[in-house]
Amino acid sequence: MKVTLIVFSGDMDKAMAAFNIAIGAASMGMEATMFFTFWGIHILKRPNAPSKARGFIGKMLSMMSPPGAHKLPLSRLNMLGMGPFMMKKLMRQYKMPDVKEMIALAKRGGVKLIACTVTMELMGISKDQLIDEVDTLAGVATYLSEASEANVNLFV
Amino acid sequence: MKADLTLDAYGLLCPMPIVRTAEKIKEMQPGQVLEVISTDEGIKEDMPAWCRATKNEFLGIEKDGDVYKAYVRKK
Repeated sequence: MKVTLIVFSGDMDKAMAAFNIAIGAASMGMEATMFFTFWGIHILKRPNAPSKARGFIGKMLSMMSPPGAHKLPLSRLNMLGMGPFMMKKLMRQYKMPDVKEMIALAKRGGVKLIACTVTMELMGISKDQLIDEVDTLAGVATYLSEASEANVNLFV
Repeated sequence: MKADLTLDAYGLLCPMPIVRTAEKIKEMQPGQVLEVISTDEGIKEDMPAWCRATKNEFLGIEKDGDVYKAYVRKK
């Protein structure tokens, strides 16, 4: 049984949902692969890695993007950062793992994390700016090849 | 129901109970019974589903006060 997820969103709540599914799948003996594209690529960034973005617009985009999994916005009720702060407090209260911890759990379960090369180009992100947990860099053909063999394909 | 091993997942929310169950089952011998203690309401459906997917035997769930006790036999 195979599960693939395209993580297009760079929001904390959506990332948690995606990881929750991948981790659950792995614990059920299913092969799970997550493709991080567009805003999702920020989830895989090394915290405080210097940006390699070039050009005025590229640099602006980089400055306005989340620095990593530890500081993602909420898709709703972000309230200029108050939202994630309060959500994290609530999660700690219920002992829910945050995105960083879910990345570790996913890796432990054997989930494959794949970064989209086109997105990296667009966002001015190089390979060494990604966390070590990333398994490969790939494109749409890799995704489609995995997805065509999978029973569950989700777009988050 | 009696069990060979107990996994205390009290207070842990989905997917942690089944993640821990998967890890614990790996350490067990075929035929052994695992008791999983959980406060997650979803465990009533999740444990049978997990068993179906991993081909382990679901023996049942009991409610004991405010916790659920699920029993799984490793195949």
